[in-house]
Amino acid sequence: MIPEVGFAAIAVALALACYGMAASALGATRERPALVASAQYAAIGIFVLLAVAMLLLVYAFLSFDFSVRYVAMNTNLGTPFYYRITGLWGALEGSLVLWTWMLAGYTLLVVAFYRRRQRDLYPWVLAVLMGIMAFFLLVMTVPASPFQRLAPVPVDGRGLNPLLEDTGMITHPIFLYLGFTGFTVPFAFALAGLILGRLDEAWITVTRRWTVLAWYFLSMGLLIGGWWSYHVLGWGGYWAWDPVENAAFMPWLTGTAFLHSVMIQERRRMLRVWNLLLIILTFSLTLFGTFLTRSGIIASVHSFTQGTIGAFFLAFIALVLLFSLSLLAWRADRLRAQGELDSLISRESAFLLNNLFLVGATFTVFLGTVFPLLSEAVRGVKVSVGAPFFNYVSIPIFLALIFLMGVGPLVAWRRASWDGLKRNFLWPVAIGAAGALVFFLLGVRHALALLTLGLVLFVAATMVHDFWRGTRARMRTGHGPLGAMADLALRQHRRYGGFVVHLGVLLVAVGITGSQVFVVQTETSLRRGESLEVGRYQVRFEGLEAEEKSNHFLVTGVFTVVNDRHTVGRMFPGKKFYPQEQQPIAHVAYRSTWREDLYLVLGGFSRDGQLATVHAMVNPLVSWIWFGGVVITLGTALLVLPGRRRDG
Amino acid sequence: MSWKRLWIPLSILPILGLLAYGFRTDPRAVPSPLVGRPAPSFTLALFDGGRLDLDDLRGKVVVVNFWASWCYPACYEEAPALQEGWRAYRDRGAVVVGIDIQDTEEGARRFIEQFGLTFPNGPDPGGKISIDYGVYGVPETFFIDRQGRIRAKHVGAVTAPLLRERLEALLEEPA
Repeated sequence: MIPEVGFAAIAVALALACYGMAASALGATRERPALVASAQYAAIGIFVLLAVAMLLLVYAFLSFDFSVRYVAMNTNLGTPFYYRITGLWGALEGSLVLWTWMLAGYTLLVVAFYRRRQRDLYPWVLAVLMGIMAFFLLVMTVPASPFQRLAPVPVDGRGLNPLLEDTGMITHPIFLYLGFTGFTVPFAFALAGLILGRLDEAWITVTRRWTVLAWYFLSMGLLIGGWWSYHVLGWGGYWAWDPVENAAFMPWLTGTAFLHSVMIQERRRMLRVWNLLLIILTFSLTLFGTFLTRSGIIASVHSFTQGTIGAFFLAFIALVLLFSLSLLAWRADRLRAQGELDSLISRESAFLLNNLFLVGATFTVFLGTVFPLLSEAVRGVKVSVGAPFFNYVSIPIFLALIFLMGVGPLVAWRRASWDGLKRNFLWPVAIGAAGALVFFLLGVRHALALLTLGLVLFVAATMVHDFWRGTRARMRTGHGPLGAMADLALRQHRRYGGFVVHLGVLLVAVGITGSQVFVVQTETSLRRGESLEVGRYQVRFEGLEAEEKSNHFLVTGVFTVVNDRHTVGRMFPGKKFYPQEQQPIAHVAYRSTWREDLYLVLGGFSRDGQLATVHAMVNPLVSWIWFGGVVITLGTALLVLPGRRRDG
Repeated sequence: MSWKRLWIPLSILPILGLLAYGFRTDPRAVPSPLVGRPAPSFTLALFDGGRLDLDDLRGKVVVVNFWASWCYPACYEEAPALQEGWRAYRDRGAVVVGIDIQDTEEGARRFIEQFGLTFPNGPDPGGKISIDYGVYGVPETFFIDRQGRIRAKHVGAVTAPLLRERLEALLEEPA
């Protein structure tokens, strides 16, 4: 009964979305506000129906209703309570429900905020959003129904993919989908502007906060994904250039480019076509990610073939791209820029370079991701593209981006004067160079690491320098130092929020450099009582323990960790044996400090518990990456603060 | 619209074409090095108490199917097809052998009962047979000819037409 109700809810929502799209578009062309108003009710209806479908699916999970195929595939009688709820987005069908429900939520926010404020754009925005929801609802009805029945009904389900039984997997998809769906709103505004031929800066000003928030959610989604990979997969890394990671990374790159280039358009009315292209690209790439991971056309640890769903997504991507690019071509006459580039040394050109690098990086990642396909199509040879390619090409690009992060916010608009450059950059350049020298004298000989650290210091110095000058100016007007700082940050919250986000990105860059360049690792078999040494740590094997969990069997190694003769504690890396998996799953143990992580993975062991193989790593500065995420969160909060105009 | 600008939307067609081409390929279809080689021999302790030795089946066409009771939905989809193939071809010199891997005995027995499977079926304790055959996951099915050579490997659920086609072809061959 419940699956039928759920299916009906989705089918009705699909009908509402189709109606809403037509009504809203018709209301716009015929100037019939009543039609647009009825589309708003359709939007509310879709949101409620999807919420119902989601609750029904959760209920099916909680009650172990294995007659529902999706439940049987993603849970079993032993699955712990929380993971039965998160099983909802453990695979494609449920993820689509969550995704579309978020989109419906965003649509309601658009209704609430812009119903009265953007009278001409609004009906078209609504129509576009409805059309996109209609697509997702169609996918949920035809090729990937979450309520599809399973006959015969199995006695027990297959269970959630054990790798997904982790707190990282509870939050990672939510952030990622909030990011992906978030970019739909600026895309809808852009398309509405193109349809109407209203190509001033309105759509950009309106959607600025959406873009920032979507960017934030996507960034967090990526960071949490990295954190999950780090503490679950057990190879000590957080990024592997897997096609699925690339799929989420590409819209982030173009989204970041968009976020920056709209500032030039707001200020200088340049780059109108470019910005439209970027948002079209970003939205298409969010679809492309789902297509890539679910169509099974490229091998990845995450992907699995899902019947005809790939064809649906490809058709929709084709429709989106052809439709929006044709609109763009049609309107290109009206999109002439008003401002133009005055000088090569100016904020505009710094931002342009930033865009060029980001789009270049996107292209590189895209090429590397689809290259296996290209190679098979052209030469008939199966190849795989690994991390070395991506690292080789992208590291210089990212270093250049860090450098621009220091230059862009401080260089003057239009044309920078020599005096201005000297005033802004003399000290930061000196500090960056001095910092690199100090690291060199401290024994860091790795050229790339020195370059990165020098650049990071340079950028940090530009920000501190600028903030300090602003504070001093404000102190002259009678504020105390702390009051002046707070006042400055709040008054120019867009500028300084951006600075804080940049600071977070710098921390991430330092963390990546430290952990990639200075990692120390060893793998040894230890008898009970023997120790291994890694970095400043001695790790002694004390024995094995075993425990039967609700859905797996857990074997843990007990290790005592000594650091400079101080016992710092015990660590318990383990191996989880799930009946449905061929391979045991690592249960990583790690201790984080600001300096480094000690990271232990249990390898093989003897049954009598006398012998165990352990892989030990010291990953310097990894925690800086996660802390960078916290700083980015704070910066974004400052950035999107409402009100107090007169932004920097 | 000026037609000269048509290149903007048209420029994405090659990319879309490439992605569409992707549907025709299977990135996982890595050819098994075992195809063409003699099938590794094994002895199976059957669930119904008997024993089965692959070498005793020389001269027959053998379908070796690796499965597990937790393998939804593929193993559930192919089980009726395998049973049907066994019923239709056993008199013509074909044998279907089920090897249950990474499973509990209770689950396996329930699976066999649920589908009324009558072909020989047995567990693979320690995964020895599946290692010999290079099994990545379930289900995987190997087709062995009358000379005891592996002639084909199928990854994923087998369907009745596929089974029929392969068996007909292999049964045609002289012993």
